[in-house]
Amino acid sequence: MKRTFVTSAIAAATAVFLAGVSTSAMAQGKLSGDSVKIGVLTDMSGVYADYGGPGAVAAAKMAVKDFGGKMFGKPIEVVNADHQNKPDIAKNVTQQWFDRDGVDMTVENLNSAVALTVQALGKEKNKITIVTGAATARMTNEDCAPGTGIHYLMDTIALSNVVGKAIVKDGGDSWFFLTADYAFGHSLEKDTSEVVKAAGGTVKGAVRHPLSTGDFSSFLLQAQSSGAKVVGLANAGGDTVNSIKAAAEFGLTKKQNLAALLMLLTDVHAIGLNTAQGLYLTEGWYWDLNPETRAWSQKYEAEMKKKPNSNHASVYSSTMHYLKAVQAAGTDDTAAVMKKMQDTPINDMFAKNGKLRPDGRMVHDMYLFQVKSPAESKGAWDYYNLKGTIKGDDAFQSLAQSRCAALKK
Amino acid sequence: MGKRLIYGALLLVLLVAPFVGYPMFLMKVLCFALFACAFNLLIGFTGLLSFGHAMFFGFAAYVSGHAAKVWGLTPEVAVLAGTLSAACIGLFTGWLAVRRQGIYFAMVTLALAQMIYFICVQSPFTYAEDGIQSIPRGKLFGVLDMSSDTTMYYMVLAIFVAAFALIYRVVHSPFGQVLKSIRENEQRALSLGYNVDHYKLLAFVLSATLAGLAGATKAIAFGLATLTDVGWQMSGEVVLMTLLGGMGTLIGPAVGAAVIITMENYLASLGSWVTIIMGCTFVVCVLVFRRGIVGEIEHRLGGKD
Amino acid sequence: MTEIFGVPIQALMGQLMLGLVNGSFYAILSLGLAVIFGMLNIVNFAHGALYMVGAFFAWMLLNYAGINYWMALVIAPIGVALIGVLIEKTMLRWLHQLDHLYGLLLTFGLALILEGIFREFYGSSGLPYELPQVFRGVFDLGFMMLPKYRVWVIVVSIVLCFFTWFVIEKTKLGAYLRAGTENPNMVKAFGINVPLMVTLTYAFGVGLAGLAGVMAAPIYQVSPLMGSNIIIVVFAVVVIGGMGSILGAILTGLALGLIEGLTKVFFAEASTTVVFVIMAIVLLIRPAGLFGREK
Repeated sequence: MKRTFVTSAIAAATAVFLAGVSTSAMAQGKLSGDSVKIGVLTDMSGVYADYGGPGAVAAAKMAVKDFGGKMFGKPIEVVNADHQNKPDIAKNVTQQWFDRDGVDMTVENLNSAVALTVQALGKEKNKITIVTGAATARMTNEDCAPGTGIHYLMDTIALSNVVGKAIVKDGGDSWFFLTADYAFGHSLEKDTSEVVKAAGGTVKGAVRHPLSTGDFSSFLLQAQSSGAKVVGLANAGGDTVNSIKAAAEFGLTKKQNLAALLMLLTDVHAIGLNTAQGLYLTEGWYWDLNPETRAWSQKYEAEMKKKPNSNHASVYSSTMHYLKAVQAAGTDDTAAVMKKMQDTPINDMFAKNGKLRPDGRMVHDMYLFQVKSPAESKGAWDYYNLKGTIKGDDAFQSLAQSRCAALKK
Repeated sequence: MGKRLIYGALLLVLLVAPFVGYPMFLMKVLCFALFACAFNLLIGFTGLLSFGHAMFFGFAAYVSGHAAKVWGLTPEVAVLAGTLSAACIGLFTGWLAVRRQGIYFAMVTLALAQMIYFICVQSPFTYAEDGIQSIPRGKLFGVLDMSSDTTMYYMVLAIFVAAFALIYRVVHSPFGQVLKSIRENEQRALSLGYNVDHYKLLAFVLSATLAGLAGATKAIAFGLATLTDVGWQMSGEVVLMTLLGGMGTLIGPAVGAAVIITMENYLASLGSWVTIIMGCTFVVCVLVFRRGIVGEIEHRLGGKD
Repeated sequence: MTEIFGVPIQALMGQLMLGLVNGSFYAILSLGLAVIFGMLNIVNFAHGALYMVGAFFAWMLLNYAGINYWMALVIAPIGVALIGVLIEKTMLRWLHQLDHLYGLLLTFGLALILEGIFREFYGSSGLPYELPQVFRGVFDLGFMMLPKYRVWVIVVSIVLCFFTWFVIEKTKLGAYLRAGTENPNMVKAFGINVPLMVTLTYAFGVGLAGLAGVMAAPIYQVSPLMGSNIIIVVFAVVVIGGMGSILGAILTGLALGLIEGLTKVFFAEASTTVVFVIMAIVLLIRPAGLFGREK
């Protein structure tokens, strides 16, 4: 009796274990050259969910649909995952996507920590990784991946070049930084500090806050006591929204100016024009720029019930560019597709004469905006006044200045 | 005889597994199985609930990752470095924690783990939210290239088997008997002349060291060491694995780890539901399934005869 | 501007005030924990999660039913207390005979469930809760800005804490409660319904947490993670203060909040760990806690 039970127990346990093990094995080997599978990796529910999130997934699917839904007769698949802003979850998912699930390309990939992990993984597995929502300039410098990694939307250098210079020119020559304590925040603080100092300003100090902080009061107190003219917010998404709201609550804006170094349309929406008006910011795209952007935004809004931000638009544009390159190359082989993507300029609703450089940087125009006052705005999402267009080559770091070691060989 | 058969069969399964399954997944199971077995030394055999075991697991992962990436040490030395760091932390925290008993002990370990967590957030070498990324696997003993997942798997398996054998020996030794007596009735053990605090501390350090071994190995195998590894959720997870598998049994924690990791893998797309399910598993286990899977099996075996 | 030890007085006072606000929350939460532990010998890990639920109830009342902050201050804690009754009657009841560690494990599981549910439906980035109009703005005292709402929080917390302490230590009801912990059988023999007292005590303890949640909603973002962030600090507070004493819990909570605030001014990097470091020191010198009576 006992022996039978023991034997059946072992058998059951082994069966369960092997079942778990072999179902994961069964998924191996589905990678075929014909079927294109795209993975959208983003933050679906956390501090950056409005940046990327479900909107990014929708944008990628829109691109696939507009492309025709099929590549060489086979349907194009789009899968997605939520990394909850954790690099280990991101690595796990992406690894499985590449190793077992036959995913050919991943797109979006905010935040900066996740982007670095994913780009390194793409380099290791020789798969194309397109980063749109992350901003650290390390993507095309220290941590570059020339054959596989693409940095599509903006980076911390462009942000500081456009916004930083504009504010210093306006008289804001002493800065104090409120920095999100990870790759992105550090990059943004460093790059903006360099711009400020080059323009003759001073940096009085900085304070680091954890990602997704709810209560900024004590950090803002430190900013207030620094006496700097400008408090630079080297953070993004929900953190920027909360910083700005708390600054208003504590009356910081009475004596100091706020500089939101990375702010998207969806952030302004969350803060409200009352509090956000007058802020300078830079984006790579805006829904109300021209008839093309307006048309696409309308399509997006019909599905998502809100206007798209520049990240969503870049997911659409980059996915479309990838699909067209695969079609032109006749294969989804990484090197061939990458070459097509670099050789073809990007001319769509997102960018005019956008160029993909060897270091992975997609160079396109950047825009300086100022947030409208409630009186100026004609309705929801009508938030920006265009203050200037900066040519891509001026905004982004030049190829010669790149610290990408792989390029120098 | 029955036990030997089970162990032998399982070892056989583990030896052939990488050819049937996905090595990365298997390695994850093994690392966490080791973590849970190490934790079980404390709760299952000494009766001490540590709610902060992630501090050993995660900190060792950071040290091992740093050793491999920045100091360029070979994987076995890096793992050793990580394990030793966990032992040191174990000594320090254990010395503080054994001053209290029962609930207080658990709360103290939780609080100390949180302190380590925040220290990790602040320390530059951990890169906070980014974590230590792209940890190289290097060459084992300077000769064997570890970049193949299958080769790495066998290293992890070897570490697991060795550590498990150690736990087995400890549990069945006179030292282990004293631990069990402390779990059953601390006062009586004290009255018999045993220096109970010393035994508890020793068990704590041993448990911490092996948990560190698991974390250090994980860092090399997965190439990543992040804040998740030192967080309180990780501490809670290992408690759940042990509870589910069977506290006080030898393979229970490993089984629990396998179940939880498998569940997390398949339900990953459900996001927060994983947390909810883990919570429910806790509640159900505490209310009606306290012996855990292996514990329940052993109980039925004992009862039927 | 005037400086103390090289720090502008405005910054110092500002951080102290913020510290006092944090301390108020620590005090209320550790008070609730101490009350529950005193009666049930259970360390309620779900305390942080129920604090979060209180905040969410306030948010839901405002956004779904248009019920304002003042009503929420009453309704939300009652809602949380009812959840407490449910938990105690269906689950905690069965653990009385077992090792106390199982209570910790069960409530830990409950905390995970609550956090998971709210995170699933509301995301993790936090939702804003509007301050009632009367509380907006600051008192400009010259040497510091004093946001009106935070003053309110401090006042209410202190009043609430001392009211609870008074009830438990100085009234007949409190005497029954304390007797019930010491010797439940004896108290039952006197005809007092001990199980009912236990349930009500748990409900009261978590109701306090829920109330703290409502008060926290306008200050911190209403987020599913707000409970777990704070509960571990509260555990440390309780270890430092000692579980035996209600007054100890209150005073330790307030004091630690202040110390945290001071640390932010003079040694900002240590502010997250200072509470735990103090706990380590207290464990070395006085293991039973500053006000503790070893049970």
